[in-house]
Amino acid sequence: MKGNEVLAEAAIRCGCDGYFGYPITPQSEVMETLMLRAPWNETGMKVLQAESEVAAINMLYGAAATGKKVLTSSSSPGISLMAEGISYIAGAELPCLVINVQRGGPGLGTIQPSQADYSQAVKGGGHGDYKMIVLAPSSVQEMNDFVDLAFKLAFKYRNPAMILADGAIGQMMEKVELSDYKKCWTDEEVIEKWGSWATTGKPSSRERNVITSLELDSEKMEANNQRFQKKYRQMEAEEQRYETFQCEDAEYVLVAFGTSARVCQKSVEIAREKGLKVGLLRPISLFPFPKKIISELAPKVKGFLSVEMNAGQMVEDIKLAVHEAGSTRRVEFFGRMGGIIPTPGDVVAAVEQKFLKE
Amino acid sequence: MDVKEIIKPENQVYGKTELLTDNVMHYCPGCTHGVVHKLMAELIDEMGLQEKAIGVAPVGCAVFAYNYIDIDWQEAAHGRAPAVATGIVRLNPEKFVFTYQGDGDLASIGAAEIIHACNRGENILVVFINNGIYGMTGGQMAPTTLEKMVTSTTPCGRDTELNGYPLKMTDLVAQLPGTSYVTRQSAQSAPAVRKCKRALKKGIKNVLDKKGTSFVEVVSSCNSGWKMTPVKANKWMEENMFPFYPLGDMKDSEKDKPVSNN
Repeated sequence: MKGNEVLAEAAIRCGCDGYFGYPITPQSEVMETLMLRAPWNETGMKVLQAESEVAAINMLYGAAATGKKVLTSSSSPGISLMAEGISYIAGAELPCLVINVQRGGPGLGTIQPSQADYSQAVKGGGHGDYKMIVLAPSSVQEMNDFVDLAFKLAFKYRNPAMILADGAIGQMMEKVELSDYKKCWTDEEVIEKWGSWATTGKPSSRERNVITSLELDSEKMEANNQRFQKKYRQMEAEEQRYETFQCEDAEYVLVAFGTSARVCQKSVEIAREKGLKVGLLRPISLFPFPKKIISELAPKVKGFLSVEMNAGQMVEDIKLAVHEAGSTRRVEFFGRMGGIIPTPGDVVAAVEQKFLKE
Repeated sequence: MDVKEIIKPENQVYGKTELLTDNVMHYCPGCTHGVVHKLMAELIDEMGLQEKAIGVAPVGCAVFAYNYIDIDWQEAAHGRAPAVATGIVRLNPEKFVFTYQGDGDLASIGAAEIIHACNRGENILVVFINNGIYGMTGGQMAPTTLEKMVTSTTPCGRDTELNGYPLKMTDLVAQLPGTSYVTRQSAQSAPAVRKCKRALKKGIKNVLDKKGTSFVEVVSSCNSGWKMTPVKANKWMEENMFPFYPLGDMKDSEKDKPVSNN
């Protein structure tokens, strides 16, 4: 199945209550698949095409604030339009899933795959101090698996989660094992699992629930921010996810996520054939960034090469992690932009050029 | 006779609904918001809707509506209340969902959201407070500001060559097949308040009957923004706002034939 179609199928199967979206290449198949599948007849999941990404993210806000499991999907320019709404969702502490099937930018850019929204995704993206949980799939199987995982984390932390894919994984066809069907939660189940914060209509048994990000009292607003930051630190402590490939004896470690990680897996094989001890670290959670494994690898290796489909964004987080580990290990960058996917050979050449030719 | 002998339940002619909280309202004296809040609180109480009601507050003066009516509330981003309400009602069709928005929120930054929500016929009530000005930010021009009206961003009066023309949102949404009841009311006098309450009640009833979007505009004064006393502001409203924004029902699907574009 196609990556985008799998996202839709996974949403239906994980007991999602609703999807709101707006068409944009290269992810329009998500909503098209949902409309064709008509899950409202099957699981009760509602699907609505909004008038804009701005409306879609605010529909998500409204629905998420009633305790429902809801998602939207878009691609880079559309995510920029949603940034305001995501900030409100983070500020109001609502769980939801936003999927970005990235294309090249800036501006209207290109419809070809890119990873140029890394910083936007992991640093917040909208206004104010907030973070999203960001998961980066590198296969169609992970497009399936991460939908459920993202919702679990979103509800655990009452925080928006993002799946940061790209056009290549969205359009790619691979074999996939779909998840089993889960039932949608009832309002009572949501309260039992996650507490009674949602706006479901005020019974006499509780105070009114107000979902807002507004607090004009600076002392209280600072306290809100401190609570958010505590939550983000807890994510950093508990939710770092990654995969390593041939890092055991590696002298040089490629660091890459998503599509560029697939390329780098082949690069490791080519490099090993050439006698170069190269390994791959694939961050799965981009926020929280897998700093712990970098601090473990730093003393053992000669250098890191960040391979990205952008001008060098994740490389900053690798440098930061190496620095925080007290290491002076070299961190280099190789990337392509504009919708170009680097070849495995390009990456090996970059390793040789940056680390071995001096 | 002692006063305590008079204060008895059987002698009570008027009481405050319990749904109106005891929080001191931040609204300026003479503002219409307090009256319309009271009407909504009374209606939700009288119609037994507290457990079903979810309000969506705007950005603007009514941003703190959630402090005054004792129901579940969501605070929307500026102009996005109809989209937020759409998200709520699509997934919770048995709830009574309403937005409460001012004219800067609804007619300017949120014009797209309100048009599309009404056009889809989202089953919600929209309460639209139109005072022709941005009150919260200090009296700037709104899309609804009358021609030649002085605001802080039109110090010489609204010039239609520069700023365009005042926008009649209620007339626009009445054209959309998704709306079932569209009316323009006011709340500056006891008769007007009673009429306004009847209109809001009809809007709520239509939502409960799943008839699509009901839209109740309340032409209001903003004495602070207009730099007038409350009394003078109401007089100015009657003399200037009402001729341009005439009161009355614009669409009532119970009485009218459906609006057709053919």
